[in-house]
Amino acid sequence: MTPLIDRVRRTAPVASRIVAALFGGYALAALGSVAALALPMSKPQAVLTGMLASFAIYAGAVVWVFAARNALRAWAGLLVAAVPLAAAAWSVW
Amino acid sequence: MEKDQRSPGRGIRQSMSGLHIWAGLLMGWILYAMFLTGTVSYFKDELSQWMRPELAHQAELPDPALVAQRIADELVASVPGSPQWSMRLPDARTNSVYAFWRTAPGSAEGGRRAFGEANFDPATGGKVTARDTLGGDFFYRFHFQFHYMPALWGRWIAGAAAMFMLVAIVSGVITHKKIFVDFFTFRGGKGQRSWLDAHNALSVFGLPFHFMITYTGLVTLMALYMPWGEQLAIKTQAERQQMTAELNAFIQPGKPSGQAVPLAPVAEMVRQAQERWGRENVGRVTATNPGDSTARVAVARGESGRVSMSPQYMLFEGTTGRLLEVREGVGSAAETRGVLYALHLGRFSDGVTRWLYFLVSLMGTAMVGTGLVMWTVKRRQKLADPERPHIGFRIVERLNIASIAGLSVAMTAYLWGNRLLPAGLAERAAWEIHLFFAVWALTLAHAVLRPAKAAWIEQLWAAAALLALLPVLNAVTTDRPLWHSLGQGDWVFIGTDLMCWALAALHAVLAIRTARHRPKLRAAPAKGRTGIIGGALEEGRS
Repeated sequence: MTPLIDRVRRTAPVASRIVAALFGGYALAALGSVAALALPMSKPQAVLTGMLASFAIYAGAVVWVFAARNALRAWAGLLVAAVPLAAAAWSVW
Repeated sequence: MEKDQRSPGRGIRQSMSGLHIWAGLLMGWILYAMFLTGTVSYFKDELSQWMRPELAHQAELPDPALVAQRIADELVASVPGSPQWSMRLPDARTNSVYAFWRTAPGSAEGGRRAFGEANFDPATGGKVTARDTLGGDFFYRFHFQFHYMPALWGRWIAGAAAMFMLVAIVSGVITHKKIFVDFFTFRGGKGQRSWLDAHNALSVFGLPFHFMITYTGLVTLMALYMPWGEQLAIKTQAERQQMTAELNAFIQPGKPSGQAVPLAPVAEMVRQAQERWGRENVGRVTATNPGDSTARVAVARGESGRVSMSPQYMLFEGTTGRLLEVREGVGSAAETRGVLYALHLGRFSDGVTRWLYFLVSLMGTAMVGTGLVMWTVKRRQKLADPERPHIGFRIVERLNIASIAGLSVAMTAYLWGNRLLPAGLAERAAWEIHLFFAVWALTLAHAVLRPAKAAWIEQLWAAAALLALLPVLNAVTTDRPLWHSLGQGDWVFIGTDLMCWALAALHAVLAIRTARHRPKLRAAPAKGRTGIIGGALEEGRS
């Protein structure tokens, strides 16, 4: 049992970061693309602005996730970034 | 082993190096294939011409207005009841007219959303009688949607790969502290250092391009990858039309009235567009409900003279030819998207710009290739037993051979197939593609069965030989050998022949260098690999 637990303990943080990067990053980018709808411009322009910017958000999120000191901070950083975006997105929901 | 709690000394550069290496490796083989086939696609029109040698060299561009009329007549006759058809008028780079159409609802060809496509001869208006081939469009389509799978899957895979590329670029830049100093550093003949220097030089020199091409690649399909804002905000039919109008010049067919009225002369409409944008700067003619009283015809501006794909077109009433609307501007975000899209495709380019695109893109391909090779070069030195490397090393090593050297062989084989497969073969265009994949699979089998170094050398020589002999094959199997095309001033055929020899020389040089190379093998240090991101940490530079 112990070697297995050891193994999990060693790989879990990396796995957690990978999940945070792939799915957390995408979720943040998607949220950002929706938040762009709150921009003061016509709907099609706001939609396109959100799409255009989303990949930069995604890439930035992935870099952050692996730059953070530990996996917990990586997730926390994503959540902190999500708060204002979620607020903006909420206003147009 | 990997400790998640990083010591302060292990800075951001180390973690970014790990991210760079693993993001690059996981998608590296797909990215290499996307980069190389995408690079070739900058000459896809020329390649398509070369692959249809039956179509005569176009010494002079025919009047687009007359061509448009010819093809429109042909489409009206051959696909009656089609709710929409669209043709791309010939320009200096194409000697045939590509058109596609929606099949009439309830027709024999299939359901409501079925499409048909064909290439037409601009001189006669008839369907092109050349050999059945997808031409350069195969490489173009492969580079973002692959093959043997639904296009949508392929596009998602390509999107994931592009996103990995974007992350690899950003993390690579952060990793690289002395980015500009290192650009002037090349330590040749020094094994790993040389690979690293080559990788750095290729990456840094082309950095703006690599970044641009990756981001704009994502932009071309962004509505697929990030549909959420659109789903939330665009709900009514009117909003959807407004959105579509910002993105492309394809007008959507409305409900037909059922009252038959013949289409007014298309040539006259194209003439008006020519007066506005220039004689040879009319791109696409799209008709909706042609033959019905609700018919509309859109004549779009050509791609030269501006770096944007945003829709600019003149809309005509189909029954009378009366100008209804001129559309020459979209919103700022849509224009941004149009510019980014155009930057990716590079269709605005003149000859010099096109060659620059090709060369820098080729450097991008080499950047991915050198990165992949470096992964094995670095780790070979640390192998416990270089004679029997671990399975992960072997997989990467063999996949590298087939996806780099093997792809050159397979792509050239596709061109050989174009010249050798019999013209009457059923599904000929598909067989050219099957041949490409069959040869590619063979190179993988060869890479697995042979010792790695021998496999590299043999496949590079195979590519060199196939490329060098392709102009000979062309001379034997067509009536357009080099001396003939030189006499005609036919630069499509001259250029292809010369390019084959240049690329053959490149592969020969690589083969010779690989054969001469003696890797310096060191016994592995006792602690061995330092874990999942371990190898990445050796990036520390002298």
